[in-house]
Amino acid sequence: MIKVQGLNKWFGDQHVLRDIHLQVAQGEVVVVIGPSGSGKSTLCRCLNRLETAGSGDILIDGVPAPVEGRELAGLRADVGMVFQSFNLFQHKTVLENVMLAPMKVRGDARPEAERTARELLARVGIAEQADKMPAQLSGGQQQRAAIARALAMRPRVMLFDEPTSALDPEMVGEVLDVMTALAADGMTMVVVTHEMGFARRAADRVVFMDDGQIVESAEPNAFFDAPRTDRARDFLAKVLTH
Amino acid sequence: MSAFLDHLPQFWQGLVVTLQLTAASFAGAAVVGLVITALRVSPVRVLRGIGTAYVETFQNLPLLVLLVLAVFGLPEIGVKAGLLETAIVVIALYEAAYLAEALRSGVNAVAAGQGEAARALGLTFSQSLRHVVLPQALRTVIQPIGNIFIALTMNTSLAAAVGVVELTATANRVNLLEAQPIPIFVGAGLAYALIAACAGFVTGRLERRLVMIR
Repeated sequence: MIKVQGLNKWFGDQHVLRDIHLQVAQGEVVVVIGPSGSGKSTLCRCLNRLETAGSGDILIDGVPAPVEGRELAGLRADVGMVFQSFNLFQHKTVLENVMLAPMKVRGDARPEAERTARELLARVGIAEQADKMPAQLSGGQQQRAAIARALAMRPRVMLFDEPTSALDPEMVGEVLDVMTALAADGMTMVVVTHEMGFARRAADRVVFMDDGQIVESAEPNAFFDAPRTDRARDFLAKVLTH
Repeated sequence: MSAFLDHLPQFWQGLVVTLQLTAASFAGAAVVGLVITALRVSPVRVLRGIGTAYVETFQNLPLLVLLVLAVFGLPEIGVKAGLLETAIVVIALYEAAYLAEALRSGVNAVAAGQGEAARALGLTFSQSLRHVVLPQALRTVIQPIGNIFIALTMNTSLAAAVGVVELTATANRVNLLEAQPIPIFVGAGLAYALIAACAGFVTGRLERRLVMIR
């Protein structure tokens, strides 16, 4: 589904992604964890080219991901993305947020787009918030709306860039529940997160990054119970003691 | 005051021309200003360069110079257009530079995540500008745009210098007959003030209606 080969990226002199190789199979849920500054968000953003890669290849279904223009827009339409800061369109209602891209990119008719949007909002549990403005929703509701907005494009892959990091603790659960349900439905997902419980519960594979490199990649139980590298052991010791 | 009131029909004529100049050149400036804004925030370097060159050119030349150049220069190169039309086009192009700068500051005020989210959904650059970024940018710059509208209204009086008989030119003509500058120009000034007050009222209303909760 997704294949990353020899990906490198620099921010100025800083080498933030070092020779990344990653494969995500159809229906697989890959959770990327690691200390802040390890490059995991950058990797996630490279996958739909919100960040430009320095060198290396990104293949989606065997086809190199286009670098710009309409072809790139076409790729992004098929790759859903959920951001840490939600990024709902502030001047549109929740319903309009979900309807915009299907109408403008897919060319869906308004009634059809609205029907799908309402279904999706019901699926993420915020059907009754459809006509509100994003700022009137709680963080958890906004993030669920953002997930519905991404799903409205019927994406083949969903990227989650620290989707719960900006949320109050009591709202993390409601977003993770939606994501867990999505994973159970067979959605291919790449999730950058600090939620170790979610990684253990929902991931097919955990990828541990540090200092711009993929240090370890393993099935969750194996990774959490018996990390192979010192760096992973250090990291887990720090995050799991709390 | 009678010097002003005796010539009311003339002043009315002048006011109508001023309103035509204002409305038409503001409409033109809005269209050109939007295009220049799009150029200035474009990811393509050449387009950004064109946008910057436009703004620098028109902001660094006095409107009066541009008007005189157009009115006397265009016929030299074979372009024949009416005085009013020429003045409208020149004022529109000039004010577009200022509008574009106001709009660009609005675009910069929109969080980067908004455009990113739009592009991540598969909207092209121009779609994300049109449906997501510009509508939010406009809301934050209603007041500066109102100010530009008022400045544009006042700037239309420069068209008098190249022979367009608008409000100021009318006042000048009437003054040549009556030799009573104070009532005549106070009267003309009040008419300008009235237009500006209307603009202020409309922008205030718009700002309250389009306020966006963040």
